[in-house]
Amino acid sequence: MSHFAYIGVLACCLLGTVWLEVVLRTRVYRRWRRLLLTLLPVVAVFVAWDVYAIAAHHWSFSSDQVTGIRLPGDLPLDELLFFVVIPICAVLAFEAVRAVRGWPAGDER
Amino acid sequence: MSYTALALVGVALTLVLDLWVLRTRVVTRGLFWVSYAIVLGFQLVTNGVLTGFDIVVYDDDAIVGWRLAFAPVEDLLFGFALVEQTLAWWVFWGRRGVQREPFAGPPRWWPRRIPEDSGATGANGADPRGQRNREPA
Repeated sequence: MSHFAYIGVLACCLLGTVWLEVVLRTRVYRRWRRLLLTLLPVVAVFVAWDVYAIAAHHWSFSSDQVTGIRLPGDLPLDELLFFVVIPICAVLAFEAVRAVRGWPAGDER
Repeated sequence: MSYTALALVGVALTLVLDLWVLRTRVVTRGLFWVSYAIVLGFQLVTNGVLTGFDIVVYDDDAIVGWRLAFAPVEDLLFGFALVEQTLAWWVFWGRRGVQREPFAGPPRWWPRRIPEDSGATGANGADPRGQRNREPA
């Protein structure tokens, strides 16, 4: 495996979901300000959890399968991107189901 | 604290955030559970790759040891917290009027014709003004 293994998995997640925006008209990327405001608290909470877990040795990363770029708290860049990519996929799935089924989410008037 | 304990606390705090702090109550909606089921399916694949190829390695002392598709069961709780928290904030900002619109849908293409009376939105997409939005049965 290469240094791009982890990043590659995340790229697959993005590439595997972007069609929802086009075909089902999820309009998630189009509402990028709302998406950004959603990501901020989620990234903050889960990065904090991650930094604690790394320090407590709950988990570690194969150094030859991540980019090697480490952020403060010994957090691999790959791991930070995980907390951006996966929430985007979750919102896309949520809006995709809504686009097809029309079920309420609680943000309607 | 072990990963097991933290994961349980993480889910509990996420439920508190969704139900009582943000009051978004996404966890009470069919839309959430159907979306989560889809995400869960893909989580088992991607997380299986991350743990199966040892990209991420877990300390045996931090987990109970039950595994599903290579990944520790604690990851299910972690994933649930991540998805619920994300969707709670997404709905929260929409309710606050931050880019509530444009609503999702209607699909450009969908393999099955969406029946008029299925509760689906047809030409109106998820626009509640279509007045055909219903909770799933």
